[in-house]
Amino acid sequence: MEAAIKVGLALEGEIAEETQFHRKNYFYPDLPKGFQVTQYDFPIVSKGKVVIEGEDGEHTVGITRAHMEEDPGKLVHIGSIEKSKGVLIDYNRSGMPLIETVTEPDMRSPKEARRFLDKFRNILEYLDVFDGNLEGAMRVDANVSVYWGTRVEIKNISSHKGVERALLYEIMRQKNVIRRGGKITLETRHFDEGRGVTISMRTKEEAEDYRYFREPDLMPMRVTDWIPEIRETLPELPDAKRARFIEQYGITDMHAKSLTSKIMLADFYEGVCAKGVDPKIAATWTADVFLGELNYRDLAISSYDGKKIGFIHTKDPEIENSFKVSDMIELVNLFAEGKVSDRAAVEVIRTILDGKEEKAPSRIIEEKGLFKAEDDLVTKAVAETIAENEAAVKDYLGGAEKSLNFLVGQVMKKTKGTADAKTARELIVKELM
Amino acid sequence: MAKWMSVAQVKEKIEENSAEEVTARYLEVIEKSKINGYVTVSEKSLEQARKIDVEGHEGSLAGVPIAIKDNISVIGLPTSCGSKILEGYVPPFNAHVIEKLLAAGAVILGKTNMDEFAMGSSTETSYFGPTANPWDLERVPGGSSGGSAAVVAAGEAPFALGSDTGGSVRCPAAFCGVVGLKPTYGAVSRYGVIAYANSLEQVGPLANNVADIAVLMDVIAGYDRKDSTSIDSKTEYQKALVDDVKNLKIGIPKEFFGEGIHPDVEKAIWNAIHKYENLGATWEEVSMPNIKYALASYYIIAMSEASSNLARFDGTRYGFRENGENWHSMVSKTRAEGFGTEVKRRILLGTYALSAGYHDKYYLKALKVRTLVKQDFDNALLKVDLLMAPTMPNPAFKIGEKIEDPLTLYLSDVNTCPINLAGVPSISMPCGFTDGLPIGLQIMGKPFDEPTVLRAAYTFEQNTDYHTKRPPEVA
Repeated sequence: MEAAIKVGLALEGEIAEETQFHRKNYFYPDLPKGFQVTQYDFPIVSKGKVVIEGEDGEHTVGITRAHMEEDPGKLVHIGSIEKSKGVLIDYNRSGMPLIETVTEPDMRSPKEARRFLDKFRNILEYLDVFDGNLEGAMRVDANVSVYWGTRVEIKNISSHKGVERALLYEIMRQKNVIRRGGKITLETRHFDEGRGVTISMRTKEEAEDYRYFREPDLMPMRVTDWIPEIRETLPELPDAKRARFIEQYGITDMHAKSLTSKIMLADFYEGVCAKGVDPKIAATWTADVFLGELNYRDLAISSYDGKKIGFIHTKDPEIENSFKVSDMIELVNLFAEGKVSDRAAVEVIRTILDGKEEKAPSRIIEEKGLFKAEDDLVTKAVAETIAENEAAVKDYLGGAEKSLNFLVGQVMKKTKGTADAKTARELIVKELM
Repeated sequence: MAKWMSVAQVKEKIEENSAEEVTARYLEVIEKSKINGYVTVSEKSLEQARKIDVEGHEGSLAGVPIAIKDNISVIGLPTSCGSKILEGYVPPFNAHVIEKLLAAGAVILGKTNMDEFAMGSSTETSYFGPTANPWDLERVPGGSSGGSAAVVAAGEAPFALGSDTGGSVRCPAAFCGVVGLKPTYGAVSRYGVIAYANSLEQVGPLANNVADIAVLMDVIAGYDRKDSTSIDSKTEYQKALVDDVKNLKIGIPKEFFGEGIHPDVEKAIWNAIHKYENLGATWEEVSMPNIKYALASYYIIAMSEASSNLARFDGTRYGFRENGENWHSMVSKTRAEGFGTEVKRRILLGTYALSAGYHDKYYLKALKVRTLVKQDFDNALLKVDLLMAPTMPNPAFKIGEKIEDPLTLYLSDVNTCPINLAGVPSISMPCGFTDGLPIGLQIMGKPFDEPTVLRAAYTFEQNTDYHTKRPPEVA
């Protein structure tokens, strides 16, 4: 209940003064009691909102309501849902409390739907009420209609990307049905992730009678008095953090957005900045390089303990690793002092991510000989390059900028990549002036 | 050892002999039973008693045997609610009240017969056949906790637990000449009690005397985090056992003395009221105008809740299963075969009352009536400390006499079910006989004022000898 109120406050919604639970009665194998305890006409949260980046700038998605209910259970089909010969019922999550959030029909494209989900999930993670890495922690039913027509519900989609794909397919399907002169029927469809198509599950010919009545085993609770205390526990939310990062660290909006997309990443970044490193350089290395390398490796951030950020493989949770705050600080400082080139710094990050044993960046740099070359070594390489590549020099002086790139490449080759490309370039230009 | 013993006497015998011998003696009596009161006799009771002898136990019920109604979950003992649909079901957990009893050292003798899913007032709807009334083996013991009341009356257990949804503890207590309490709603945890109608029912004790009721309440009552309707009233029940009713104000609701009441019952109740007057209490008539709607409201609410509660018995996970071509057909067949006629009737009626289009007309209206009935109790109990009335308008009827006529059977709950709608405490105790059949006096109190109810009952018992009479047929 406290978690639900926390979510409601973060969504800037209205919180019900008193809780009320009803029974929704229906027979289904995943429902062990034959009814589901749910909040029927008195949801704990109503009228909230989430601001997303829409197709044309900031866009507000209204939250109609968020109510609590118990998770029934899970049907496991053997093979695909269509061909399964039997059904297994997994009751492990049966009876666990969950929040069902209903939005207004405010999303105008599959992309906006996905962005809403990303943002919503981001907020939930900030609130620490939810572990997105757990299977089934967030499930989505997406409703879609075209030309203001009949809506179709696609049930139980497990990923945000899946929602976007399912909606894209469904919109295409509906448009084509109408184009051929057909009619869209009110129905529930299932998204087949593998084939990327939606399949009809059941048509809602008549509304089912759930025989709702108050759950006599759960007494109403007055929760109004809880609200001030719960509000106190609300963390800084993604949008506020993003604005503060721009203000406090002088970083770009792109970097701020990326860094605040995960609370653990934001905390990691602040952990790095706390030690007096250049926040702009730290932002580049954290948001662009480090995060990019994680994504490339299918690693998802899963923890942050103040000292290191942990991540697990999205497809194989057995694979996990971490990256230390102190390592990032060391690396940023080495780069800021000009002791390593950007290429070398990237190499260090990759080595740590792929490494089995813990090694400080300075040791990796030393072992791999990645320290930036001394200036005279670069000067020497520049002189040699100019002497050895008359044709290229001539072309460059004749106005062919491309030849300069070739010359820089030659310097890098001679210094085995330890030279800073920018410095090499400057030296060549200066020499040929 | 005497056949009928109070808990205090049982404890003396345990002290003199052993818990094992006491339990063995009850098992012997059960072995010769003529009443079909037990559905299951525990194989582990002797062992349990022996363990208490060997290891010792500090609990208030160390080694004292008890009988448990078959809708209260006990690990290792089949719990069937008197239904075929729970055939073979053995609970993997204990009800909260069982945990409390075991912690106090009680020895569980077995599970007692009941109307199927507690739906009835005669224990005739049980899948395991009817239980006989010890006072007349051709008559019903009342219900639905008929087994619990009958075994206590027959000396097959010193006391027992029942459950009371619309009179299921008090009705059999009255018919069998024992004491039965329906505690205030919320006084006792319902966790592990297989639900019939959650908003109405309470676990209640049955015993041969008022003191034993208090002993049992001190063990089972209190807050349980697994039942959010339970609360800790901090009541000390045995402290209420005081022989004094001076200046106690008794209300007599005339609506409880309606048409069809047996003249001997009416006479016995008035004799009891005059006895209280002699002991220093005063009485006045009170009016509770909405009581006449209570029965209809009670049945709609109970059946509606039941239709939902009993949905879980579908053959998927436990109990009886009839095979079908697919899941839906398996469920249909299982429920058609597994439930008895009365249970199916109540599920259908309850489903109907909750259905779209009828919900407001029946269920919602019943809830509104319930509020009015509650207000009647509130108003009456502002003026008086207690209300007294007959528990049952008539003594025990013959087995088979009413079973074909559900409406007549429903009408026998007319004086007991209003109490469940209001949630107040109510006790039934012996106050006379008609043609050798016991008559029950019902004493109702304010919410959580069990102490006043118990004090009045105890005082009556101290000054009369109805509670010492034993059924000759099983003596």
